[in-house]
Amino acid sequence: MLTLECPYCGIKADETELAPGGEAHLKRQGPGASDEEFEGYMFARANPKGVHFERWRHAMGCGKWFLAARDTVTLEVYGTYPAQTAAPPKALMEKIEKRQSDRGGK
Amino acid sequence: MSARLEGWGRLIDRSEPLTYSFNGRDLRGYRGDTLASALLAAGQVMQGRSFKYHRPRGPVAAGAEEPNALVNLGQGARFEPDQRATTTELFEGLVAESQNHWPSLDFDVGVVNNALARFLPAGFYNKTFMAPRGAWKHVFEPAIRQSAGLGRAPKAADADRYEHLYAHYDVVVVGGGVAGLTAARAAATSGLRVLVMEQAPHWGGRAPVDGGEIDRLDPEGWVRNVVEELEKAKNVTLRRRMMAAGVYDHGYLIGYERVADHTPLDGRPRHRLWRIRAGRIVTATGAIERPLAFAGNDVPGVMLASAMRDYLVNWGAAVGRRVVVVTNNDDAYRTALAMHEAGREVAAVLDARPLVTGALATRVREAGIRVLEGRAIAKVHGRKGVTGVAVTAQAGAGGAVEEIGCDAVAMSGGWSPVVHLWSHCGGKLVWDEAQALFRPDPSRPPTGADGEGFVVTAGAASGALTLAGALADGHDAGKAAAKAMGGKVTRKAAPKAEPEEAQPILPVWIMPAEAGPELKAKMWLDFQNDVKVSDVELAAREGYESVEHTKRYTTLGMATDQGKLSNINGLAVLSQALGQDIPATGTTTFRPPYTPISMASIAGEARGELFQPLRRSPIHDWHEANGAHWEPVGHWRRPYTYPRGAETLAEAVNREVNNTRANVGLLDASTLGKIVVKGPDAGRFLDMMYTNVMSSLPVGKCRYGLMCSENGFLIDDGVVARLAEDTWLCHTTTGGADRIHGHMEDWLQCEWWDWKVYTANLTEQFAQIGVVGPKARAVLEALGGMDLSKEALPFMHWAEGELAGIPARVFRISFSGELSYEIAVPAGRGRELWDRLVEAGEAHGVMPYGTEALHVMRAEKGFIMIGDETDGTVIPQDLGLNWAISKKKEDFLGKRAQERPHMADPERWKLIGLETLDGSVIPDGAYIVADGVNENGQRNTQGRVTSTYFSPTLGRGIAMALLHRGPERMGEEVEIPVLGAGKAPIRARVVETCFFDKPGAKQDV
Amino acid sequence: MRRYSAFAIAREALRHHAGWGRAWASPEPKKRYDVIIVGAGGHGLATAYYLGKNHGITNVAVLEKGWLGGGNTGRNTTIIRSNYLQDPSAAIYEKARSLYETLSQDLNMNVMFSPRGVIMLAQTHHEVRGYQRTAHANALQGVATEFIGPARVKELVPIINLDGPRYPVLGGLWQARGGTARHDTVAWGYARACSAMGMDIIQNCAVTGVETESGQVRAVNTSKGRIECGKLALVVAGHSSELAEMAGFRLPIESVALQALVSEPIKPCMDVVVMANTVHGYMSQSDKGEMVIGGGTDGFNNYTQRGSFHHIEETVRALVETFPMISRLKMLRQWGGIVDMTGDRSPILSKTPVGGVYVNCGWGTGGFKSIPGSGWAMAELVAKDAPGPLAAPFGMERFREGRFIDESVAAGVAH
Repeated sequence: MLTLECPYCGIKADETELAPGGEAHLKRQGPGASDEEFEGYMFARANPKGVHFERWRHAMGCGKWFLAARDTVTLEVYGTYPAQTAAPPKALMEKIEKRQSDRGGK
Repeated sequence: MSARLEGWGRLIDRSEPLTYSFNGRDLRGYRGDTLASALLAAGQVMQGRSFKYHRPRGPVAAGAEEPNALVNLGQGARFEPDQRATTTELFEGLVAESQNHWPSLDFDVGVVNNALARFLPAGFYNKTFMAPRGAWKHVFEPAIRQSAGLGRAPKAADADRYEHLYAHYDVVVVGGGVAGLTAARAAATSGLRVLVMEQAPHWGGRAPVDGGEIDRLDPEGWVRNVVEELEKAKNVTLRRRMMAAGVYDHGYLIGYERVADHTPLDGRPRHRLWRIRAGRIVTATGAIERPLAFAGNDVPGVMLASAMRDYLVNWGAAVGRRVVVVTNNDDAYRTALAMHEAGREVAAVLDARPLVTGALATRVREAGIRVLEGRAIAKVHGRKGVTGVAVTAQAGAGGAVEEIGCDAVAMSGGWSPVVHLWSHCGGKLVWDEAQALFRPDPSRPPTGADGEGFVVTAGAASGALTLAGALADGHDAGKAAAKAMGGKVTRKAAPKAEPEEAQPILPVWIMPAEAGPELKAKMWLDFQNDVKVSDVELAAREGYESVEHTKRYTTLGMATDQGKLSNINGLAVLSQALGQDIPATGTTTFRPPYTPISMASIAGEARGELFQPLRRSPIHDWHEANGAHWEPVGHWRRPYTYPRGAETLAEAVNREVNNTRANVGLLDASTLGKIVVKGPDAGRFLDMMYTNVMSSLPVGKCRYGLMCSENGFLIDDGVVARLAEDTWLCHTTTGGADRIHGHMEDWLQCEWWDWKVYTANLTEQFAQIGVVGPKARAVLEALGGMDLSKEALPFMHWAEGELAGIPARVFRISFSGELSYEIAVPAGRGRELWDRLVEAGEAHGVMPYGTEALHVMRAEKGFIMIGDETDGTVIPQDLGLNWAISKKKEDFLGKRAQERPHMADPERWKLIGLETLDGSVIPDGAYIVADGVNENGQRNTQGRVTSTYFSPTLGRGIAMALLHRGPERMGEEVEIPVLGAGKAPIRARVVETCFFDKPGAKQDV
Repeated sequence: MRRYSAFAIAREALRHHAGWGRAWASPEPKKRYDVIIVGAGGHGLATAYYLGKNHGITNVAVLEKGWLGGGNTGRNTTIIRSNYLQDPSAAIYEKARSLYETLSQDLNMNVMFSPRGVIMLAQTHHEVRGYQRTAHANALQGVATEFIGPARVKELVPIINLDGPRYPVLGGLWQARGGTARHDTVAWGYARACSAMGMDIIQNCAVTGVETESGQVRAVNTSKGRIECGKLALVVAGHSSELAEMAGFRLPIESVALQALVSEPIKPCMDVVVMANTVHGYMSQSDKGEMVIGGGTDGFNNYTQRGSFHHIEETVRALVETFPMISRLKMLRQWGGIVDMTGDRSPILSKTPVGGVYVNCGWGTGGFKSIPGSGWAMAELVAKDAPGPLAAPFGMERFREGRFIDESVAAGVAH
């Protein structure tokens, strides 16, 4: 039963308020893309054991989509941020790196 | 013989006697008794039968860990199997019967399994019952199933009610013993919100039974004071009869409150499930005593030493007149002292330790009780009750050195901290060699959303087994939890108790150490499931070396107590058999719940009509009052048809279709999705959402549109109306409204976030009524209001105005092929409009029609239905909808996907109509076959029927189907097999999908 | 291998069962194997078994990072059925089901296959049409199923409540030869049979890397050292993405939690397996007497083998409504497994971009019931370096071509 903080309304939302939306930062491939590029965009997934950048919607709250960096093994949430970005914020990446080196993990 | 003693029983109220029945016999107990204590006090030691061998069993424990004393409790709609007698509070009129026997507890035919025990070792069923094939299902399995199981299956629905509750606390303390209360008191000084829960009906845990002094008070008095203090604190909530069932990720905790189990029929909910978010959880869950594994340790009357003490001190129930205590640690001496003090004879204390030196042992010796050092039980005598024990040297193979007559045995193999809640969410354990126990490793706690540990253990649950140690640890735990939550803990010392002078435990896993196979086959590890030392050793011998393999092979720890008594002993025996250390063997996984919780409490109030939220259209009540036959559609309920008199559903549907085609019908279309899309970029956005062009739609007009997923499949359809230069209204299917709105928002927020568009799902803001049929205009004109003539409002246009004095938006769109108006009004006025239409329509023969008539009419017209013609594998091109797919647009959702080889393949199945040669109706879901079989031996198919109905308009069966290259095959005959042996296939001709009014003359008048 | 029989048990009983040997050997890895299979779950072990039995390849090692059968094989709800809609699914699941019929005899170990029948309830008109479609499809696929009415449902399941106010039972799809089996024993039986063929099952051996040379697999690095192989089959369910990354490719897989629970045991009250997809729950009664209950998956990537409690609530709610008599039973234990979901929710049995590397994954919620069929088809793919007719439709190129095998139309909750 996860809790994730919605970066829009600032609420620590219970999982039951949220709708998961899969891997974040996929680059859309439209007409003109090769079959391989399109397949990669639609289906190939990192599915990591570790930090996963993913999409959530505060469906039963403000209705906004947001992104989260969450560890799929420890379920630690390193941070959440608005969906309107092509890459995770730098500060978040630094935090993740620090957390991981503190833990002596990979 | 067990009996009630005067002067003992701190928890019972002798002024309130209670009558209850056990196996049909009326018995008396007291308020404060458990069923088990009352039965023991009444001399009833044997209370159940074991699972596999049906051996006679009495309670071995006094609390939640009890594996033996399970009963069928209650009757009728309040009957419950497998209820632990040790945690069932006695109440007036309680009815219980023992279980897993036939015909009676005392004489059970199933005990034949016991006689055959040597032929039924662990996993025996894996090795036999294989021949002849089929015998397993028909002969052996039914016999095994009948013999297994425990309680009776309930028959009736539950008469009680249950409820859920949400709660948020900074600190939740689980366990109301002295460690938990100390932790709570420490945490509470911070002012943070604290919840303390205790599974038992009383506070204090073991301390009042075990004795000692806390801050110079006896534990009972100290507990009373602290509870009083906590009750006064505004930031503290105290709950008894409430168990922490499970710890889940990110500090989620399920509390299980047995509100009214002990006060049935008092009107309160029976159980309450608490869904708690806790900042920090302090588990002060205590420890559970371990049995010792000696031959005959399951005979009724053999009991944990702590349980025997509990029954005496708490309930005044003395188990046995002459008892033998057998132990490997100091704690059991407390039982010897208590029994002695109560005037029962303690024949001897057998201590496996070669030299016994502890302070408690000294007191026992001073009381004149024999303490035999280095001694063990070779064997317990007796079948349905203890008659004596054979004493042997722990170091030997079991040769008896002495026989002692006794009628009860108190055993103690040491204590295991209750680590379940710590472990549920990934907290790790460490093996404590000195104390011979697994305890939580504080450096590897379960971690929460912030990556920090969120569970702290306190007292015996940490492995602090002495009173002084538990108090100090509880105090630290409470402080640590509050501090972690940002609370300022008032500096206050931990409560003090005198340190005890104790002798270390000697780990003993088998008694005696060199016991041979004959004895090992009588040493029970898992009492309920009848798993013995010999079974675990067999598992090890056969290569089931992982602790999980052993568990699964022998069923060790899989009984209703989930191994609370058996796990540690079992894995220690396994470790010995494998010649490895206990930590190398490790434990099995601890899973919620801590003890079983009722299914009903999990379901809560969600039953019957409240099973799911019900969405009602503004006209719902009218439908109900007018005999609608309902159809669930998502969370909505829609009228399927409105049967009249003795009509069948099919007759009603036919009447509704005929009447709509001939006169006029009313359809409640309020459930259709209505999404407003607005903004400077709204047109551009909709051009991406729909396969066709919506940006070019003139204001005042409507256009049918298709939506595909990015993967190319058709996901929804509906009519789009352009309300203003920057505003569109998108209709979706009933089931699609929320999903499509979410889909739009997904793309707007996550892909084209710089586009200036707003969306709003207004589905519930409007009632929408279809007025359909040749006389539709006449009915509407009778209402008075806006001009709805063909000239003022042509087909596929919309207009705003007033009808019957109600503000309305009218769409001239048709899903039936008839002259049709869909009228949207504010939801609050929907019923009013419906009533006016019914009145005004009376003269024109108006009738309401339901979803089935809607489906029939759309099929007669060859219109597709999402969910019938589509199933998640169909693209618009399959449905002949290429006219609604823009060729000009560079991009739309699904466009790239539809260019992939398989989707662009001309060999796909495509939509056509089917006309049966004999006019019959093709069954739903039928396939069109092709010659031969495929490589896997399956009959080749070339298509399938997507919609099939009896058309009252045409008086014959009509169907739509997806057929291999269908549209190229007009006029061809195809074969459609029908289910059922010997039935001839249906033959049908491929025709166009539109069966009625191909030119569309009727709708455009 | 010591044969199991009632006679053998009787003889052993006289000497305290001291004569039973190991069910499977526990060797150290050899330097090289013709085929290495990663993952000693049901699918991996079945692949090994049929490699030996059908293709005569026995120089095989099955590597397992934990204990054999410890993944989803030992965590599922043991349901076996083959009433799938799409031809490729029906073919492989029916193959599996028919192999289950004789698996105890084949393996000389009683896997307790119990063809007690499976009903999938239809509780909306839409579901009625969907299951009627499946019944038609099954008839042509050679899968014996039947669409039955409410009265027959009640006859088969006396404890069911047909007339719930929200979702009355309108009928059901009935597969009489579906049922259950004892999950652990399936893994143990295959392991024992593989070991008897001379294959090495190596537990506590984690693969840490895949060594390739000019696009061809050479060896795997493991916690027990480097082991060479001619071919490498990855059969690791929820951990497939990780292994694929070691081999240098990506999969259309996401790993999510699926939960199940059991009640305390009671005397027999339900002989068949019942699935109620509209309300998201299914239930059967084990031979021990526990009601075995499952529901839907969590929606987010997760490797913890734990799930969210609200799914448990949803499932129990559904089943209390469908079977009101379970209301006063108690949940004894809940647990979770990690299932591997593909882009179309159907499995992958496929060659990969790396020569000699094959992948079998993506069974999602359908893993246990497919074990023998999956092993059969995978063994053929590995042995011949080309899929046979059972595996062919499940190649991973289908995601590029847009040729999906989608069962979601037939089952909201697929099990």
